[in-house]
Amino acid sequence: MIGRRRWWKATAAALALVAIGVGCDNKGSGEIKPEGTAGPGSAPAMTEWRVGAYLSLSGENTAFGIDTREGIELAVDDINKAGGIKKKPMKVLFEDDKSNANEANNKVLQLIDRDKVVALLGEVASARSRAGGIVANKKKIPMITPSSTNPDVTRVGPFVFRVCFTDDVQGQMGAEFVIHKLGKKKIAILFASDDLYSSGLAKEFRDYAKKIGGEIVIEKSFLQKETNFTTYINEIKDAKPDIIYAPIYYQAMVPIARQASAVGIKGDMFVGGDGWDAEVLLTDAGKEMDGAYFTNHYAPGVPWPNAQKFLTQYTERFKRSPTSLAAMGYDAAMLLADAIGRAKTDTPESIRDAIAATKDFPGATGNITINAERNADKAVVIVQIKDKKFTYHSMVNATPGAAAPAPAPAPVPAPVEKK
Amino acid sequence: MALKILSALITGLAQGSMIALIALGYTMVYGILKLINFAHSEVFMMGAYAGLFLIGGLGGESSPLFAGVFGTLGAMGIAGTLGVIVERIAYAPLRSRGKNKANTRITPLVTALGMSVLLQNLAQLLFTAQYRGYPQLLPIQHTRKVIFITAIAVMLALQFLVHRTWTGKAMRALSTNVEAARLMGVRTGRIISLTFLTGSSLAAVGAVLYCLDQSQAYPTMGTVIGTRAFVAAVIGGIGNIPGAMLGGVLIGVIGELTKLTPYSGLQDVLIFAALIVVLLVRPTGLLGKAGIEKV
Repeated sequence: MIGRRRWWKATAAALALVAIGVGCDNKGSGEIKPEGTAGPGSAPAMTEWRVGAYLSLSGENTAFGIDTREGIELAVDDINKAGGIKKKPMKVLFEDDKSNANEANNKVLQLIDRDKVVALLGEVASARSRAGGIVANKKKIPMITPSSTNPDVTRVGPFVFRVCFTDDVQGQMGAEFVIHKLGKKKIAILFASDDLYSSGLAKEFRDYAKKIGGEIVIEKSFLQKETNFTTYINEIKDAKPDIIYAPIYYQAMVPIARQASAVGIKGDMFVGGDGWDAEVLLTDAGKEMDGAYFTNHYAPGVPWPNAQKFLTQYTERFKRSPTSLAAMGYDAAMLLADAIGRAKTDTPESIRDAIAATKDFPGATGNITINAERNADKAVVIVQIKDKKFTYHSMVNATPGAAAPAPAPAPVPAPVEKK
Repeated sequence: MALKILSALITGLAQGSMIALIALGYTMVYGILKLINFAHSEVFMMGAYAGLFLIGGLGGESSPLFAGVFGTLGAMGIAGTLGVIVERIAYAPLRSRGKNKANTRITPLVTALGMSVLLQNLAQLLFTAQYRGYPQLLPIQHTRKVIFITAIAVMLALQFLVHRTWTGKAMRALSTNVEAARLMGVRTGRIISLTFLTGSSLAAVGAVLYCLDQSQAYPTMGTVIGTRAFVAAVIGGIGNIPGAMLGGVLIGVIGELTKLTPYSGLQDVLIFAALIVVLLVRPTGLLGKAGIEKV
């Protein structure tokens, strides 16, 4: 007789086997599903252009991922409505890296090996773009990051590009704006020490500010998982700065803004970077941040020719104002499509060459020319937070290349990877 | 300079009292069951979400007092129930099945870890990994005072419960010797559930206070605070209630004082260094009693 215990054990074992079976199927690493695509090297059998996009659709930087995805989707629809590229439609496969660099690594591997994409779009956070870029470069698949600004990202190799400015430009222009336009000389810096983007941007700002006559009265760094900033804020307050430069991501800015306003530091004392660009900052801390400025790639009222068209399209479809992430995602996808159209053959290598040769591409965020370092020389837009809205204030470095200061011989800081 | 240290100390006390609230959950469960309830940090996280939805649902910023008080009470109820459910389905069956078998300590430990992972991923499925901000019921200066007062009131209430009521006496009896307590007529199953209920409610209060003051709610928030709270419980003497409070305050103060230095990454280093030092000097924790292992 099989006792009850035996039945339970047998059922549990069977369920476990089924679970393992199902789990293995989904991973499919190394399993090739023949769908008519023979692989990236021999493209003629392709019926569509498969592009992979790895973004932070969940986790700390969800807003970045979702905004970029919306920009990319808008671009893909525009492209396919106009007939596609070389008469074939473009298809973007989105993967969520959960705001984690290890996940980003895995998802890029998955997109390249399992889905056989010919190009990649992603990521927003520099730490994750660098992780994904290392993989893409090794596998020789071209990757365009729409919004990552840390210089190390494109230094990974010849297959990694970006359509935005880099942090050395952003930090320097930020310092220009604070010291020359706003006229504030005493600056405090607050940044996240374990994040590649934040510490890189803070360093660029600091070095350039000292050069043009600013005085860094105090510098405090915190860990990304920190939530209680009272002690940091008190110390900064004691040092009596005119401006607090906080080149951090928006999810840390919300508690900082609230806790700062509790001790009397008004929003207009803060200046930040493009990591602030998320609606959440306005909804959760809009009042406390009123009057703050930050350097960005785009703002809803920016006077570029294609920007207005993009703005109307986006607001019509998604019913809200686009952030720069969406605009950059749109431009990155459009530029990629243009490059695929110009590529001599359909292989990833020739697509890469076409991207590298891009000159004066008319994007929603201005004219994009990919330079020798695989970066784009773009103007820096200054955005102001007013009445709980991002408003366009001005532009610095309006003639890219002409007024740009000589790039510092970058002593690359030891990359501090985000946990 | 002295003023800076003083204000850091005060912030540390407030932070530490929140950590102490959660450390109490760990310490009470260990005292009775000799089990480290790893799922406690996830109950804390669920309490934060419960508080978020209830406070939002009860009016949020338009009726701060009402929403705040009843939202917290509701969150306590939900977290308490969740704690009891976890105990009933994960730990209680192991107790009855594990008599006279080997590994009586390892199996519940592994189950606790499993429940922790389960709850975390459940939250991620249900609520998505987005960071959700709490409505701001009070300006932050007042929130700090409220936190301090609430934490002290709650801990005093707990002391009252444990030392002046029959239920508390039963809890203390169980933590001395479970079998003897049963022989004395104490309904052990019920008291154990009650312990989980109390610990989880305290965690929920801590969660709501934490989120009102400084944080947003997200599925992995339990791990950060949970580690600190667990260390606090061990430093103060695991199984000892005043010890958990002391440990919590100590951790909070160490954390804040480290922030005054240029190396804020030292926080975790110093906290764990403190743990090691305390355990080397007093292996049972600062206020822990050396128990005699009866062979």
